[in-house]
Amino acid sequence: MDYFFHTDELTVGYDGKPLIKDIEIRLEKGRILTLIGPNGAGKSTILKTIAKYLKSICGAVYIGGGSVAEMSDAEMSHLVSVVLTQRMRTELMTCAEVVETGRYPYTGRLGILSDDDRAEVRDAMEIVNVWDLRERDFMQISDGQRQRVLLARAICQRPQMIVLDEPTSFLDVRYQLELLQTLRDMARERNIAVVMSLHELALAQRISDDVLCVKGENITHYGPAREIFTPELVNELYDLRDGSYDTLFGSLEMRRPEGEPKLFVIAGGGTGADVYRGLQKSGTPFYTGVLSESDVDCRIASALAAKVVTEKAFCRISDAAFAEALELLQKCGEVVDCLSAYGETNSRNAELFERAKKLGLTVRRAEELV
Amino acid sequence: METFEKDRRARYIAIVLSLAAAFVLLIILNIRLGSVEASLSDTMQILFGQGGDATLRSVIWKIRLPRIFAAILLGGALALSGFLLQTFFGNPIAGPYILGISSGAKLVVAIVMVLVLGKYQGTSTALLIISAFVGAMISMGFVMLIARKVHRSSILIVSGVMIGYICSAITDFIVTFADDASIVNLHNWSRGSFSGVSWDDVSVMALVVICTSFLVFLLAKPIGAYQLGESYAQNMGVNIKAFRIALVLLSSLLSACVTAFAGPISFVGIAVPHIVKALLKTSKPILVIPVCFLGGSIFCLGCDLIARTVFSPLELSISSVTALFGAPIVIAAMLRKHGRD
Repeated sequence: MDYFFHTDELTVGYDGKPLIKDIEIRLEKGRILTLIGPNGAGKSTILKTIAKYLKSICGAVYIGGGSVAEMSDAEMSHLVSVVLTQRMRTELMTCAEVVETGRYPYTGRLGILSDDDRAEVRDAMEIVNVWDLRERDFMQISDGQRQRVLLARAICQRPQMIVLDEPTSFLDVRYQLELLQTLRDMARERNIAVVMSLHELALAQRISDDVLCVKGENITHYGPAREIFTPELVNELYDLRDGSYDTLFGSLEMRRPEGEPKLFVIAGGGTGADVYRGLQKSGTPFYTGVLSESDVDCRIASALAAKVVTEKAFCRISDAAFAEALELLQKCGEVVDCLSAYGETNSRNAELFERAKKLGLTVRRAEELV
Repeated sequence: METFEKDRRARYIAIVLSLAAAFVLLIILNIRLGSVEASLSDTMQILFGQGGDATLRSVIWKIRLPRIFAAILLGGALALSGFLLQTFFGNPIAGPYILGISSGAKLVVAIVMVLVLGKYQGTSTALLIISAFVGAMISMGFVMLIARKVHRSSILIVSGVMIGYICSAITDFIVTFADDASIVNLHNWSRGSFSGVSWDDVSVMALVVICTSFLVFLLAKPIGAYQLGESYAQNMGVNIKAFRIALVLLSSLLSACVTAFAGPISFVGIAVPHIVKALLKTSKPILVIPVCFLGGSIFCLGCDLIARTVFSPLELSISSVTALFGAPIVIAAMLRKHGRD
C-alpha cells in the first residue's frame, strides 16, 4: 500500500559522514510517529533530513508521493511545517505576526494577508489557546507560550505533515499535555501526519501510534507503541542500569538499595508506594509482602525491594506465601505495616502483623515512619 | 477590525505624515539656506517661474538641487543597505560603514582614481560605481567569512571595524603616492560629502538607487520570513541560498553607489532603521523598507544642511555630522540589545 510519508533505505548524517543507516519509515496520514532514544543519538538529524534541512547521504524521503530531494522549497511549504527547538530572537514582532508568517506560502508577492488568511491565523491561535497573546511581543512571553505560538504558526500553514523537534522541552507538565493533545486532535481532525522527537517516555507512550528507537548507527526498533514500550527494550535503548522502567505507567524507579534487609514492609493496594520510595531515598534495603501479583505495589516493589513475597492475582494468601513472609519477617526484626483495610484476599496480612507483635519484633505503622 | 489594529494603523499614518512633512520642510530649508540665502518668494519664483536673481538661480539649480537629490537618494540607499545587512547578519548594529563595506568600496575607488583617472582625466561615473561595488563585495566577502567561523555578533562588528581600518590605511598609502590633482579630488571625496554632485550624477544614482530599492521592496515578504530565522524561512518556502545572495548583492550595490558618489558616510545605515522600527513599533519589512528610505533621506538632508550652514562658508564633512547624531543612537541600540541578552 502507499504511505503518505515513507523513507527508503535512508542514511542521514552531516558533511557526507553517515550517522544513522537504513532508516525505513512508513507513516499514514492522521498518525503520530515519535522518535525516542538517548541524547545525541541522532533524532534531530533524522528530523532535519525529513524536513529537508539536511541532504540525505543516501536513500530518499517521500512525502505525499514525491521525493523530497526533488521538491522545491515552495512545494515543501505546502506539505510540511516545522516546530524547532532552537531559540529564536525576533525584533518587535507580536505573537500574531509570528503566527501570520505561517500563511507565507499562500500569500501574494508582498505577503499581504487576505481575510481568509486572517481567519486561518485566528483559528490556529485559538486551537492552541494563544489568541489572547496576539498583541504581545513574542520575546516577552514565557517559553511555554512561545512554543505554543510556534505550533499555531505551524498549524496555520495548513500542512499535511508537521515535524516537531522536542516540542515539550521548555514546557511544564500542563502545557506538555495540552500541546500533545492538540497534536492528537490535529492528527485526527485534519488528518495530519505528525513526526516528532520526545524525551519524556511516558508521554511518548501515550501520544504515539508508532515509535522509532534511535541509537547508534541503526534504528534499533520500530513499531507500534505497545510493542516498543517493554522494560527490556527501554532499558536496552537507554542503557538503564540503575533504574527500572515500568511500561504500564511509563514511570521510572530509582536504584534498588543494596545490603541485608532489616525491615519487612506489609503493604498492598498502593499503600506501600510512598514507603518503598522513602526507604529507597534513605538507602534502606527491605523485604515486602504479601502482595498480589496484580497489585500496583507489586510493580514498584519488584523494582525496589530485596525480595517480594507474592501471591497469584485475585487469590487468597496461601499457606506457602504466608510461611515465606513469616520467615523473612523473623530475619528482619522490624516490621512496618502500611495496610489500613483488609479484605477477603489479604486478610492474612493482618495475621502476619499480629504474629510479628507476638514474636516481640519492633512493629510500627507506616504513619509513624515519617 | 480590532482596536489595537486600528491604533496601530493610526500610528503608521501619523508617523508617515510627520516624516513627509519633515522631508518637505528640509528640502525647502536646503534650497533656501547657504552662503547666499533665498527668500521664500525668490525660491518659488526660481523653482516654478522665470526670472529671479541670476546668481541665485544658478546656485539653486546647479548646486543646491542636485545636492538635495543626492542626499535624498543616497541617504535612502544607506538606510536600506543597513537594514538589509542587519537582516542578513541578524545583528541590529550591522551597517555598511561599521562592517567595513564602505571602506572597501572607498579603497578600490581610490586605486582606480589614482591609476586610471589620474592619467586620462575626467570621471566616468559607471567606472566609479563598478569599482565601488567590487570593493564593497571584497569587504563583504571577508565579513561573511568571519561570520561563518564565529557566531558572536560582537566579534563580527569588531572584525568589520578592523577591515574598515585596514582599507582606510591602504587608501592613505595610495593617496600619499598620488599626484596633486588626484589628491585634492580624493581627499575631499574620501572624507565624505554630497558636494560637487552634477545633474548627470543624479540621474545615474537615481537609476541605480531607485531600481535597487524597488527590488528590495519586492523582497519584503522573504525578509519577513527570514526574521524568524533561516530554518523557519526555508520551511515557509524561501529559497535561502538565492535569498542570501540577493541580500548581499543588493546591500553591497546600495552602499557602493553611496560610496562612489559621496564617499563613506557613517552610521546612517544603523541609526535610521533603528529609529524607524522604534517609531513604528514593528519590524514588518513591508512598512519598514519604504519608511527606512524616507528616514534615511530625511537624516541625510538634515545632516547635510548642518554640514553646509553651521560653519558657513566652511563646510563640514557629512560623515562627521552623521556620526555626531548617529553614533549615540547606535550606542542606544547596542545597550538595548545587550539588555535583552
